[in-house]
Amino acid sequence: MFRRIYLAMMAFVATVSPAFAQESSIDQMISDAVAPIVNPIVSTVFYSVPVFGTQFPLIVGWLVVAALVFTLYFGFIQFRGFKHSIELVRGDYLDPKDAGEVTPFQALATALSGTVGLGNIAGVGVAVYLGGPGATFWMILAGLLGMASKFTECILGVHYRNEYSNGTVSGGPMYYLSKGLSEDGKAALGKFLAIFFSICCIGGALGGGNMFQANQSYAQVSSLFPFFEGKGWLFGLIMAGLVGVVIIGGIKSIARVTEKIVPGMAVLYVGAALIIILMNIGSVPQAVSDIITGAFAPTAVAGGIVGALIQGFKRAAFSNEAGIGSASIAHSAVQTKHPVTEGYVALLEPFIDTVVICTMTSLVIVITGSWVPDSGVTGIALTSQAFESSFTGAGYVLAIAAVLFAFSTMISWSYYGLKAWTYMFGEGQGKEIVFKVIFCIFVVIGSSMSLGPVIDFSDAMIFAMAIANIIGLYMLMPKVKALLADYHEKLASGEIKKIKNM
Amino acid sequence: MSQTYIVGFDGTPQSGRAVEHAAAAAKKTGGKLHLVFVIEWSPYSFHTAEELAERHGRREQELDRAKESLQPVVDQLKGQGVTTEFEVRHGNAAELLCEIAKATPGSEIVIGRTGGSGLAQRLLGGLAMTLAQVAPVPITIVP
Repeated sequence: MFRRIYLAMMAFVATVSPAFAQESSIDQMISDAVAPIVNPIVSTVFYSVPVFGTQFPLIVGWLVVAALVFTLYFGFIQFRGFKHSIELVRGDYLDPKDAGEVTPFQALATALSGTVGLGNIAGVGVAVYLGGPGATFWMILAGLLGMASKFTECILGVHYRNEYSNGTVSGGPMYYLSKGLSEDGKAALGKFLAIFFSICCIGGALGGGNMFQANQSYAQVSSLFPFFEGKGWLFGLIMAGLVGVVIIGGIKSIARVTEKIVPGMAVLYVGAALIIILMNIGSVPQAVSDIITGAFAPTAVAGGIVGALIQGFKRAAFSNEAGIGSASIAHSAVQTKHPVTEGYVALLEPFIDTVVICTMTSLVIVITGSWVPDSGVTGIALTSQAFESSFTGAGYVLAIAAVLFAFSTMISWSYYGLKAWTYMFGEGQGKEIVFKVIFCIFVVIGSSMSLGPVIDFSDAMIFAMAIANIIGLYMLMPKVKALLADYHEKLASGEIKKIKNM
Repeated sequence: MSQTYIVGFDGTPQSGRAVEHAAAAAKKTGGKLHLVFVIEWSPYSFHTAEELAERHGRREQELDRAKESLQPVVDQLKGQGVTTEFEVRHGNAAELLCEIAKATPGSEIVIGRTGGSGLAQRLLGGLAMTLAQVAPVPITIVP
């Protein structure tokens, strides 16, 4: 049945498309049709108050304050627990009897492949373009604080997950919001927050997890292959076809291949960035000083300090998704003797994603002097230019990396969106297909629109997820503290112990 | 001390021949058989989020399927009066066989080989070569 719907959808788009003589007008039409729906959502989520003469979106403060609260409440767990996190991922605590289950390493890798993506390449480009080098400083700070948010939400995700008789598990904010709060006699509130979260999660999956990815990988591909210029819809159709084959057609082999290439690409990307940094090692002190002075006394940046700060915080949250709740869905599948281990593993994500990878992108942009305020070169184009200035042909590698990152992020987010969808509408093949078809249509929409509206919508939906998620995290954090105490008691008593030789 | 024959078994005819060979030897020496079914698995492989969610159930299925293919062989051996134990493990075949051999005093390893056909390679092809290099106990490769 689903095959027919899928084919019908593709046929529909294919017959409609040639009806328009000018390809660029198709992109324009899609853009115009979507904008009126998107704009009010964006202005609501990003309700801003004037701070020191610039507009400060409350939602950005919401995320950072939450990260700071969790950091203090758990006593800087991201620094104190860092070593323990590494030991857990390395498998020091794995029981050989559990061989064959999902390991902490696998859960981390899967969650990372959902977050390491265009946020690290294109998002940083946007942050530096709009916020100047100083945005990097705030991005790193937000990344470090965000580790505590991830810690909290992933422990709750495992603790309140649903385990079904067929061995599959479903977890994530919608489950801890509804189950956790009903324990405290706030079932109605929990249910409301869970539904609110689910709606936003579907939006986030379609926005940041889909349109933004499609848009930026198209931007990179079309800049290298002029054939695609102005044919965003065509690129979108190809991507939608590939995504559809995996999520609707169930052809897992494609996903499996990308899952294997993506870590390689990530290593390649970081390696290339490192080489550029080493080649320009003399400029590093200057770049670091630009980043720090830019953070506190920015010039040529709209909004001064607050402008740099907003951009840094925004892109960090968008890239590492701490406090958003998405990673909690991926982490809920892990086999563990105690939910707290998952928190320790998850706190490495913002570190790797933001503190390491985003910082490298930003250093490359700053070192190579690619950032020119008001030049219009932003997003992935800026990052690409920075890499290209050191390696001719780097743009092509970046294009391949961008498409693969985008693809694996889309697959991850289609799953997050699907989980939210089935939470609201119930499980069932028919219902799942509807969501998957919608998801594919948004790939085409995302490739056709210009970056501005896409990034606004993506940000709006992803940040909206954080509204419900963080309210829940505040209410449930005493439970996390109790779990944490219980875990450390078990560690001390030897009930949970290191098993070497793994 | 009686001899323990650790036999790699994966349900293929080749591994069946290894079992026959080990059973014949065990009858002669009064030793016993220890069948090991290894499900190839790595703690460091990458999966999609969906695969992770299904993993626990998959693992149970894999274990059940392995036990199903082991049971008739074990029953038959017991019928012949050969003392037989078995276990199903997830991991790397060569590593696990060596680990079990090391932990079992007076053991030797018996495995089949594929002679290069692709399908059963995972247990029998590269495995014979690897074990020949690293096995801590004597090893018999049954053609």
